[in-house]
Amino acid sequence: MTIQAALLPDGRRLHLNHGPIDLVLEAWGEPMDVAASHEQATTAFRDVLPALVAELPILREPLGEVEPSLTGPVAHRMLAACWPHRHGFITPMAAVAGAVADHILAAMLAGRRLTRAYVNDGGDIALHLSPGERLVCGLVPDVAAPVIEGKVEVTHDMPVRGIATSGAATRGSGGRSFSFGIADAVTVLARDAAAADAAATVIANAVDLPDHPAVVRRPAADIDPDSDLGDRHVTLAVGNLEASEIDAALAAGLQTAEGLRESGLIYGAVLALQGRFVVSGDPSMLRLAA
Amino acid sequence: MSDPNHDPVASTDAPEEAALAQVRAKAGEGIVVCDACPVLCRIRPGKTGACDRYGNVDGKLARLDPFVVAQRTIDQDGRLVPFLGKPWDGNLVPSPDTFVTGIGAGTTYPDYKPAPFIVSSQADGVDMVTVVTEGIFSYCGVKVKIDTDRYIGPEQAAVRVTGEQVGHVTTAEYGSQMLSLGGVRHLTGGSKKEGVVTCETLLTLCNKGAVEMSIDGGSSVLVQAGRPPVIGGVAEERMRVGCGSATIGIFARQWLGHVDEVIVVDDHITGVLTEHQAGRFLDMPHAGIRVRGRRSTPGRYFQVANPGTGWGGTDITDPLAIIEKIDPKTAWPGLRLLMVSTTGEHAGWFVLDDKLAPQPASMPEPIRAVVERIGENCEPALCTVLFMAGAGGSLRAGVTENPVKLTRSVRHALTRVTSGGAPVYVWPGGGITYMVDVTTMPDNAFGYVPTPAIVGPIEFTMTRAAYATLGGHVDCIRRIESIQGVERVKPIAWSPTNPWPLRPPAGEA
Repeated sequence: MTIQAALLPDGRRLHLNHGPIDLVLEAWGEPMDVAASHEQATTAFRDVLPALVAELPILREPLGEVEPSLTGPVAHRMLAACWPHRHGFITPMAAVAGAVADHILAAMLAGRRLTRAYVNDGGDIALHLSPGERLVCGLVPDVAAPVIEGKVEVTHDMPVRGIATSGAATRGSGGRSFSFGIADAVTVLARDAAAADAAATVIANAVDLPDHPAVVRRPAADIDPDSDLGDRHVTLAVGNLEASEIDAALAAGLQTAEGLRESGLIYGAVLALQGRFVVSGDPSMLRLAA
Repeated sequence: MSDPNHDPVASTDAPEEAALAQVRAKAGEGIVVCDACPVLCRIRPGKTGACDRYGNVDGKLARLDPFVVAQRTIDQDGRLVPFLGKPWDGNLVPSPDTFVTGIGAGTTYPDYKPAPFIVSSQADGVDMVTVVTEGIFSYCGVKVKIDTDRYIGPEQAAVRVTGEQVGHVTTAEYGSQMLSLGGVRHLTGGSKKEGVVTCETLLTLCNKGAVEMSIDGGSSVLVQAGRPPVIGGVAEERMRVGCGSATIGIFARQWLGHVDEVIVVDDHITGVLTEHQAGRFLDMPHAGIRVRGRRSTPGRYFQVANPGTGWGGTDITDPLAIIEKIDPKTAWPGLRLLMVSTTGEHAGWFVLDDKLAPQPASMPEPIRAVVERIGENCEPALCTVLFMAGAGGSLRAGVTENPVKLTRSVRHALTRVTSGGAPVYVWPGGGITYMVDVTTMPDNAFGYVPTPAIVGPIEFTMTRAAYATLGGHVDCIRRIESIQGVERVKPIAWSPTNPWPLRPPAGEA
């Protein structure tokens, strides 16, 4: 199977697929620039998966104090995004989706004048905004049940060019990856998609109720033998929780989010669990759907 | 459910043999290595790879969502014979006896394009065209018929799965309780969780799986198409032979001479033999035993007890509890009384003592034979699940440029609608709203999208001439032989109980 590139029926959005990677991207500008950006994205995309696969064993290793030696451009982005979080458990894979989005967006922009553009890698989104431009993103409070219930507007003046969402939904229940935590969704705004992706993973892991009987956990390798999380227990299912328990789990996640925000790693975050949510940062960035 | 037009023809970046061999060597028991892309996922049994498109099905790498074609085999006398039991050898030989179903066909939603497969074949010398697609249905649901007289809950009560409302109890039918589940209000009109749970419920039921439900103010019910319902943990075995009054009418003559009174306990209508028209006709003397409840006509009583899971769908566990009084002027010591439920599952034999109090006694053989006959006449209790959906404007646009012509063609029986090859009932009136018994469809015929909505197969079959007349996408017609080249084609045996969809249509223009 080689890469697939196809315009979606609206004739505006380009869908790129290779193995497990699905991207939807869109650009605004002169038609020539838009067409060229699609071509550049497609060309850059060809090398993404083979380059990642070549370094996969290293990318799946937990980060320690010694910086691993990596060569691929996407791998570099992953490492840069995850490095600040290395004091907890993290592998560069935590930022893979965001890093791919950033890499493709950079390829689209090279030598092109685009007023706006985005690359959406399964909910991890890299943005380009020229002065005066804005982009509104839908917010999904449960990764397992994607319904837009809120909106985040990103303007050119904001130091935000990446949005990423992480949650406990595992493969087969609406998600693609694993979480140590129980959040339905954690959406993070950061300087780029890779940074947002890594931070969303870290914050989602922190939304947790350790040893709670309603939370079903299983070693990651039991479900996916190739998981970078090995035998660490990941969340499989979360039963109904009391409101006070939900608030306690969200508070734990919020503490982590606030720490990341204070150190300048993220701009803001929205944490959602079983119909309740908390916001780290300026609450006015969030507009709930009517 | 990917668009088959985009399926790759050949593998250009197949993994290197060495890399593949290395991953395979450490694969472990039951794990398959996916070689569809360079990631080389190792996939545990029943799981999918990182892409969610390939999975480990029974130890084999499988493209999910196989595209199902049904083949029938006919013996020399023209009779349908079962598909030979040997496994498919990888060669599909398309013939007039191959029907391409919508299962796994994919969809071109929102249908700016013609349907994914528009297939022509010859049937009895007539060029037939089948337009094959998968509908994405927000307006859809299931009607569930549960053969039981046990009380499952009041009409209009909410039906819940893991606490979320997925439908309601609707009008009861003769011997059956009915549920209406799904629909756009629960799928997309409520909370997201309600939508997801409703979608899962519909998907499981339509794919012939079991779902445990609870009914507000009623009991829990385990429903699975073609299986007996399990109500409050008790598996239902048989339907009642009729209401209590009907049971009296059916068996009165067989009881005559062996008994002085029979009371058939039933939640709907409890029958009392000597008051009933049947007893009068046989000149049986009044026994003077008055039951509780509201008398409808002689010998027929409503509401002798509350609904429940005891005798005859009531909450009665001691049948004597429904006796209001025994009239000493009419009844007599030694009077023989049979109390029985409408399924024969419950029965008691009593003889009045000197104080006219009923005393349990050993049931005489001729009476026991009739009680058993009541049981014999009760059909096995089953759950039936009918999928119901409306084929909307955009789906029809995949068939023709002028969608209303398709509706009219269906209405005039020029176009046959099937679902996974199974016959459907198309409702009269506007639109193409149809129902199909899921047990007549191939296994796992339904899917879903996260909207949430149900994805179901639908096929429109007509003559080539009729297809041209209704403005069909005739330039997109492909010969059935070309199906052979489609990835993930899965031939299955035609279900011989279904009518063959490619027979010439009945209608006239």
